[in-house]
Amino acid sequence: MKNIRLFFGVIPILLIILFTSCDENYTKTPFKDEVLDGPLDGLSHEESARFLSGDAAFNQVFTRETGLGPTFVSTSCISCHAGNGKGHPSTALTRFGQIDERGNLFLNLGGPILQNRALPGFLPEQIPFGATSARFIPSVNTGLGFLESVTDADILAMADPNDSDGDGISGVPNWINIPDFVIPSSSAISQDGKYIGRFGKKAATRSLLQQTVNALNEDIGITSIFNPVDTHTHLEIDPEIATSTVNDIVSYLQTLKAPIQRNQNDASVIKGAAIFEQIKCTGCHKPELRTGYSPISALSNKTFAPYTDLLLHDMGSGLDDGYTEGSAKTQEWRTPPLWGIGLSESSQGGSFYLLHDGRARSIEEAILKHGGEAKSRKVSYINLSQPDKEALLTFIKSL
Amino acid sequence: MKLIYLYIAFFISLNSYAQIDSSLLKRTQKDSIKQALNMDAVYNRPSLNIEKTPVTVGGYLEVNWQRLSTDGVSEGHQFQARRLSIFMSSAISKRVKFLTEIEFEDGGKEIAIEFASVDVEFHPLVNFRAGIIVNPIGSFNQNHDGPKWEFTDRPISATQMLPGTFSNAGAGFFGKKYNNDWMIGYEAYFSGSFDNSIIENTENKTFLAAAKNNPERFGEINSGTPLFTGKIAIRNSKIGELGFSYMGGIYNKYQEDGIIIDTKRRVGIFALDFNTTLPKIETFITSEWAWVKVDVPSTYGQQFGNKQFGGFVDIVQPILKKNILGWEKAVLNIACRLEYVDWNVGTFNETGENIGEDIWSAMPALSFRPTSQTVFRLNYRFQKQHDILGNPPATTAGFNIGISTYF
Repeated sequence: MKNIRLFFGVIPILLIILFTSCDENYTKTPFKDEVLDGPLDGLSHEESARFLSGDAAFNQVFTRETGLGPTFVSTSCISCHAGNGKGHPSTALTRFGQIDERGNLFLNLGGPILQNRALPGFLPEQIPFGATSARFIPSVNTGLGFLESVTDADILAMADPNDSDGDGISGVPNWINIPDFVIPSSSAISQDGKYIGRFGKKAATRSLLQQTVNALNEDIGITSIFNPVDTHTHLEIDPEIATSTVNDIVSYLQTLKAPIQRNQNDASVIKGAAIFEQIKCTGCHKPELRTGYSPISALSNKTFAPYTDLLLHDMGSGLDDGYTEGSAKTQEWRTPPLWGIGLSESSQGGSFYLLHDGRARSIEEAILKHGGEAKSRKVSYINLSQPDKEALLTFIKSL
Repeated sequence: MKLIYLYIAFFISLNSYAQIDSSLLKRTQKDSIKQALNMDAVYNRPSLNIEKTPVTVGGYLEVNWQRLSTDGVSEGHQFQARRLSIFMSSAISKRVKFLTEIEFEDGGKEIAIEFASVDVEFHPLVNFRAGIIVNPIGSFNQNHDGPKWEFTDRPISATQMLPGTFSNAGAGFFGKKYNNDWMIGYEAYFSGSFDNSIIENTENKTFLAAAKNNPERFGEINSGTPLFTGKIAIRNSKIGELGFSYMGGIYNKYQEDGIIIDTKRRVGIFALDFNTTLPKIETFITSEWAWVKVDVPSTYGQQFGNKQFGGFVDIVQPILKKNILGWEKAVLNIACRLEYVDWNVGTFNETGENIGEDIWSAMPALSFRPTSQTVFRLNYRFQKQHDILGNPPATTAGFNIGISTYF
């Protein structure tokens, strides 16, 4: 009897000692390079407080009472951007109604985003007869403030619409119409009244404010002072979110830190980086960009490594989704930033779902689905030795 | 003005209390941890009885210190006045009784009449109960007084999957029968019900406990259809108690002003509970597991699960029973609670992968009972919680130390 009691007495005490000895905070703090979320280094106290407000708003779950829907795609920002990472096939969005530069022909029938869910008692939206559609998974959120702060001049400097340098790459910006509430900066460059887009799978939005307002409206069914039209009734209604809350979300997105590369000194990573350069993946996935002026000093005039050129590229018929935005063609896609790609699994339920619609289940599969302008890079990859392939994949996974 | 009246009433009551001869107050001692059916809990509470009056009063208080952290982030040290419950009962006549429990949570942030019923005995097997009843789903709902438990936190499954201490206006019958070592009891009530909030809430998941936030439920059934709750429990004094309970009904507002605005949607919950004390080593084990099924519109999204499952098991081992610091029959226990909840049982349509939204927790504990009515508790929690996609779990760990006592 005594032994039994001793046994039961010692076990929990040992457990307590074991668990508490790990960390004075009882749980381990993930290293900054292990997670995508978290604020930029160097924010002021005021900016940090705003980051927290934005974080709370980003996590807010909308209900019928707070304006959700009645038709919608998701109930909150965080539902589609778990951990601020890439989305999951279960949170995929569907666009419909625009096949060429004539614009979306189905705006009056609910385009461009299909609100495929509805509050009880309502019916979700259906794709109208005759409209083509395409699915895509939500993008990663981190480092967006850096991308927003790249100057138009720098983006244009990377463009090569006629492939003047003969490298087979002919990136072009997506020239888009911008809504009235998006105020171009003094350094903005326009062409025929259009501006350069930089966010979204086809770079169809210019600023994080535009991206946020669109997502609130089209994905959650929340009207704002910037876009007061209800997606279900197509009528203008009172704003369902405070302007300050929209601004907080924008600030939050601007001040999310950029993903931090891991294992940079690993020999395999160093070798992979050299191969990445050697087979000219860097033709589109630019390893270094620079921001211009930003009122947030932590973003102002900084060099960063997003592995994108923010330009559109023809990716071949295999990735033609039959939908387009702005001046982009149906098989053109903005080069997705590769930063944070190695952490995608941690926001996608433990598996990779890469490319615009999550069809690629590994980094290698994503490479092998490259076509169009990127076909020669894919062939270069295929021709690598197995150790070189592994080094390249290790490097990409370290981003 | 109302506030002034309340203050006046409060000071008058203090003054009148001061004038009561304390020798007239008789403490009705109850061993709060003795074996009985869970349904007996409302009758098995220690209380004060003013001599020769039919009224008894009692209650319990729960306070604690806590420090938890999740993935390395802590809110720091917290002192929490979680709960002050006051019960009153009165024998209106020999077989007509009134019982009530009024609960103040978080220092008065939430005040609720948790229980207020008139019980009329026609026969030991046929008792009528009407008023604000606690729906007897599982065992925790019936037997939730803080001083009876070795853990400061209530079980996750009994508070965040099943609605903890879910009470509604309603009526029904209960009864029990003894035969040597055997005891069997039943309860069956029709009552107020759930509402649309169980799938339309800020938890972003099917969350039955959201219905507790609807103060209208004591005056209006959202669906216009009562909720049925029934339980059968059987106890053998040498083996233990086994309970089967069911709660179900239509939860949504499907018509308004006679106009149909939605289809009828049902919620159904089945629970199994068991408790026993192992002979010789006196290990007390109590457990409750529940299965929830909710009719969620298929167009509302997979985020709101139509099936849930969860429960807990508490193991309490007395390791010292003796006179300690002058307390006779003081008891030192070690204990552990293991619990699990899956708020969304199923797989994603798109990928066939398991839908996450689950949690498990282990909570070793030490408790000291100077008397059976008072418990000091030291709990350690280690918990892992997955989001809906099953991403790497958030890890929570930390300690709390608290006291819970009847008064």
